Amino acid sequence: MTIDNFLEQDQAKGLLRVLTAGSVDDGKSTLIGRLLFDSKLLYEDQLQALKTEAVKRGDREQDIDYALLCDGLKAEREQGITIDVAYRYFATSQRKFIIADTPGHEQYTRNMITGGSTADVAILLVDARQGIVTQTRRHSYIVALLGIKHIILAVNKMDLVAYSKERFNEIVKSYTAFSHYKDFVCPKIVAIPISAINGENVVKKSHNMPWYRGQSLLQTLERIEIDRQSVILPFRLPIQIVLRPNHTFRGFAGKIASGVIRPADRVKALPSGQESTVKQIVSLDGDLPYAVAGQSVTITLTEQIDLSRGQMLVRIGQSEPTISHHITAFMVWMDCEVLDSRKTFYLKHNTNTVRARIEKIHYCIDVNTAEKTECNTLTLNSIAKVDICALSPIITDIYYQNRACGSFIIIDPITNFTSAVGMVVEARPSNSKSRETITISLSQLNIDTSHREAIESVCRAIEQQTGITIKSSN
Amino acid sequence: MNYNISHLRALESESIHIIREVASQFSNPVMLYSIGKDSSVMAHLAQKAFYPGKAPFPLMHIDSKWKFSEMITFRDNYAKEHGWHLIVEYNKEAYSRGVGPFTHGSKVHTELMKTQALLDALKRYGFDAAFGGARRDEERSRAKERIFSFRNAFQQWDPKCQRPELWDIYNTHIDKGQSIRVFPLSNWTEIDIWQYIRLEKIPIVPLYYAANRPVVEIDGNLIMVDDNRMPKELRDRARVRRVRFRTLGCYPLTGAIESNAATINEIVEEMMTVRQSERTTRVIDFDQEGSMEQKKREGYF
Repeated sequence: MTIDNFLEQDQAKGLLRVLTAGSVDDGKSTLIGRLLFDSKLLYEDQLQALKTEAVKRGDREQDIDYALLCDGLKAEREQGITIDVAYRYFATSQRKFIIADTPGHEQYTRNMITGGSTADVAILLVDARQGIVTQTRRHSYIVALLGIKHIILAVNKMDLVAYSKERFNEIVKSYTAFSHYKDFVCPKIVAIPISAINGENVVKKSHNMPWYRGQSLLQTLERIEIDRQSVILPFRLPIQIVLRPNHTFRGFAGKIASGVIRPADRVKALPSGQESTVKQIVSLDGDLPYAVAGQSVTITLTEQIDLSRGQMLVRIGQSEPTISHHITAFMVWMDCEVLDSRKTFYLKHNTNTVRARIEKIHYCIDVNTAEKTECNTLTLNSIAKVDICALSPIITDIYYQNRACGSFIIIDPITNFTSAVGMVVEARPSNSKSRETITISLSQLNIDTSHREAIESVCRAIEQQTGITIKSSN
Repeated sequence: MNYNISHLRALESESIHIIREVASQFSNPVMLYSIGKDSSVMAHLAQKAFYPGKAPFPLMHIDSKWKFSEMITFRDNYAKEHGWHLIVEYNKEAYSRGVGPFTHGSKVHTELMKTQALLDALKRYGFDAAFGGARRDEERSRAKERIFSFRNAFQQWDPKCQRPELWDIYNTHIDKGQSIRVFPLSNWTEIDIWQYIRLEKIPIVPLYYAANRPVVEIDGNLIMVDDNRMPKELRDRARVRRVRFRTLGCYPLTGAIESNAATINEIVEEMMTVRQSERTTRVIDFDQEGSMEQKKREGYF
């Protein structure tokens, strides 16, 4: 193979974003250090720096503390804790990985949520001796809340439980028993017994656990199928900026949130409802034949329509997002300042920033047990289901169907801090009559009751788009 | 139809999205341009982001007056050929007093000619957002920094009080006098940069390619003799060796590596097998433990 061929192949590999969660005691940093070390991505001078620090602590050179690799801030190294999210990068011949390494303690829930927001896969570490603990339940809930589709349950320190198959199975069983949440789609779970410190089943398969037939952790990360669901979803382009370099050119630029677009596709601007056709997808490298979710593009249209930043381009014939003043969302409070519900916040959703009020807290969630609790206000790390009133409408989807179009942040108007983040679970359309219910009679319409199921699914589709509830009777 | 996008195209789109967000949300942004490979990639991404128009912000180079002369030639040609508005600023007072790494040491030189010069320039022009080409894989305190990194009115960074940054929704809200440092290349690694330079045929300073150059070994670093400001006793020890640079900066503070990689393919190949991180060639990092975090807090990029 020539170097050119090799490089072409290498630069075509995909990107996987991974969240790791677990405390230092679970061996999380050791695991990441191992992954970097065994896949030969830890440089010699970085290794030397770790050895120097080990000697400085009074340990032997070989007692490397891999945690020091990830704990980038001085305060973290001094206190031996991880305060903030750290990003680590490595690549194999199969994939490039971005690892968001997040602290495990409860007071750093917001950091884990920050690191997990873009993750495709979450690695949850469990200590084989302790099994499922409160922390595991907390991390498991957060992963589901964020809508991460894949979980790798890494049962670590198998060397300390004599590589017991029974112990491993017991832990996996008790994990699957509690990790179903009715509000969320269940992630796919892969469980792997490992020993991070010895590097067993991390990069290479372990000889000490012949009963484990699956792949090593790295092999799993390399091969896990990430369904590019955002491509299958309806097309959404939140307009970020309108490019007008001269009188003749008007390009609508932004990052495609979901779906696929091609020249000649019929499109509609929201909220105006004006329709047009895609003329070109313009780029420095020439016009593109198509563009997909995740790509930053510039689109020109054949008929000029009114469209500016904060608005959205969708495809005609596909289901549309909801234009809404009133949303219900799961929200995580990220600010040390307690929620002041008299404040009118800024809500930033895609490229659209509007004023918004938090109108009602339905309930809070105990992140350790996933149970609802009553609460009147929100403090740092509170997770709650809330009603929000946006003073100008947002164009939104449900987060668990379309992550990019159902997420938002809340900004404090006085401190400018990012006070909260949210995931839309319900959006009530602004233009329809409020929560109207219509009942249709199948017999009057001469429809046989055997068609009821089909009729009902049509009714549900109408309800999703218009907010009008249609019930059928015989 | 294969709808997968490669990691380089995913990173490219992420960076363009970040650059456009700044252009649409800030009134007076600037792109800091260090003439290095990362800056070359960042400026290229900015051109792509606003094609067929031009980027709506200038490039600014903070000249420490100790850059390799080839860098300055490259800078002026590049800006002219690509139609960039280029601002060049330096610390005139310190320069007239003759501050430099050979006489004042790397710490004082960096503080006055780089950090101070940068802070003065940002203040003079009233820039409210400044792009930097830093990557998170470079150094462990950088791995902790947000893409949109808030600075108070004194341009200081507080690592313990960073704004949460989720999905690709960036908080661009600031008060008057405050500013944001923006790092569009946060998620790129050194090898990504080289592969992208190859893929997009981005022009870079020829110092990155191996050639015979006069170098002198100082404290384990191979320092190139770029002009006569290097003390004569050091210059006299110089020998011609086949070297290239992995990073570029002030010539007395940037170590060369012995290499035969004279084409972009050879560089990428070398980068895939190298066992030392790029920071080993930067002299300023070894001043004190945690020195990058300290410099960043004080306003350095």
